Amino acid sequence: MNLKVAGGEKVVVIGRSGCGKSVMLRHIMGLLQPDGGEVFFEGTKLTGLSEEAWNPYRRKIGMLFQGAALFDSLSVFENLAFPLREEGEKNDRVLRDKVAESLKIVSLAGAEAKMPAELSGGMKKRVALARAVIRRPDLMLYDEPTTGLDPVVADSINRLILHLGKMFGMASIVVTHDMVSARMVGDRIAYLHDGKIYFEGTPEQVDRCEDPLVRDFVRGHASGMDVIG
Amino acid sequence: MGKFGGLIVRACETVGGVFLLFADTLRSLFRYRLRWDQLWEQMYFIGIRSQVVVLTTGAFTGAVFAAQVWFQFKRFGMESAIGPTVSIAMCRELGPVLVCLLLAGRVGAAMAAELSSMKITEQVDALRALGVYPTEYLVVPRFLALVISAPVLTALALVTGIGVGYFVAVQIFGVDGAYYWDNTVKYTDRKDVAIALIKATIFAIIIASISCYKGMNCPPGTAGVGKTTTEAVVNASLALLISNFFLTVLLNAVLYSN
Repeated sequence: MNLKVAGGEKVVVIGRSGCGKSVMLRHIMGLLQPDGGEVFFEGTKLTGLSEEAWNPYRRKIGMLFQGAALFDSLSVFENLAFPLREEGEKNDRVLRDKVAESLKIVSLAGAEAKMPAELSGGMKKRVALARAVIRRPDLMLYDEPTTGLDPVVADSINRLILHLGKMFGMASIVVTHDMVSARMVGDRIAYLHDGKIYFEGTPEQVDRCEDPLVRDFVRGHASGMDVIG
Repeated sequence: MGKFGGLIVRACETVGGVFLLFADTLRSLFRYRLRWDQLWEQMYFIGIRSQVVVLTTGAFTGAVFAAQVWFQFKRFGMESAIGPTVSIAMCRELGPVLVCLLLAGRVGAAMAAELSSMKITEQVDALRALGVYPTEYLVVPRFLALVISAPVLTALALVTGIGVGYFVAVQIFGVDGAYYWDNTVKYTDRKDVAIALIKATIFAIIIASISCYKGMNCPPGTAGVGKTTTEAVVNASLALLISNFFLTVLLNAVLYSN
């Protein structure tokens, strides 16, 4: 597959379950090493770098995991302060201010003392998003950001993705099944099928596409082998 | 290859993985700054919170062993040898083996369960995504805390076991206290205590390496956490008992060669 994302661009990757969307994000983040192929970021080839050599790039790339992946033994404040402390920030006042600012952006001001177990699914995603962007990455990766959320909360996450992109000018790759989300946040939508970008275009082009594979996915229509009964 | 062949391959894979994690832990220990807050937290959980169970084990092992030895030795009029027998057995075998088996159950299970839960909820990946090496952040503090705590806990169990053994033999069975203590001091060598502490340290390395390896390589799903935890305790306990034999032979050859 070949996928290029320009600075500030929001690309949504859609595709059937198990087609490799999340695996693609993990390769971009260096959480998996590919058997073949290469990943470039800002002109640098990342594939094959050691774990330590990856870290400077990981600071420029944020990732929202499907299950939020908040550290459950740490409070919301500690979760958000974690990446800043790892960068060497020790001033409590700076940490408090930056955490408060990030929580305000995701509409969770005052939630510093809460533990992840006390948060709803949507709140966890928002805290995880605040943690991912607290270092102002150049690229944000979203793995199924709206999965498991009710439509209203999903809409708030979509708006947040748009808002963050506009606010910090960062590029985004959003992996999703949710076509409402895909149309809302994507400048460009790529349909991944069989390890390849099968179709690529603006949301309008995807909606007008008459290819049966793309059309069935976009319209949520089961056909052929997928029809049960 | 068959079922047996598959079992051998998996066993080799696990042993290799444990050794690689151990090497990576040592490398990370010297390469990265030590996270003192994490180390204290683990030391508290392993060292302080295990004291009651370790002291109870030491006390009752010493008591039972002193009673059993008295039952046998009194037939031959060897009551004065009860002290050194209890003391040497506690130092060389009972103390380190029983304390570390308890630690494999209590601490090894907790390590495996905690790390595997973090693994399946993507927290380990989140650490990497934030530029933190998981071995350095998760494994090193646990490994170090157990390696420091196990010999100290073993020493506590030895003191308690020998003390309670004295109480049982002298106060309950009426063995002469002066003889008992004099012979205990006379025949218990520093090398016996050294054996206890060396064994405890090596057992701690085995428990921490196996438990952390299992936790960090947990299969997906909640069932994986239970399976991983059970495997960690069983594998660590078996590895501990098997290595105990080789350590016994080796330490005796090294320390008592003259």
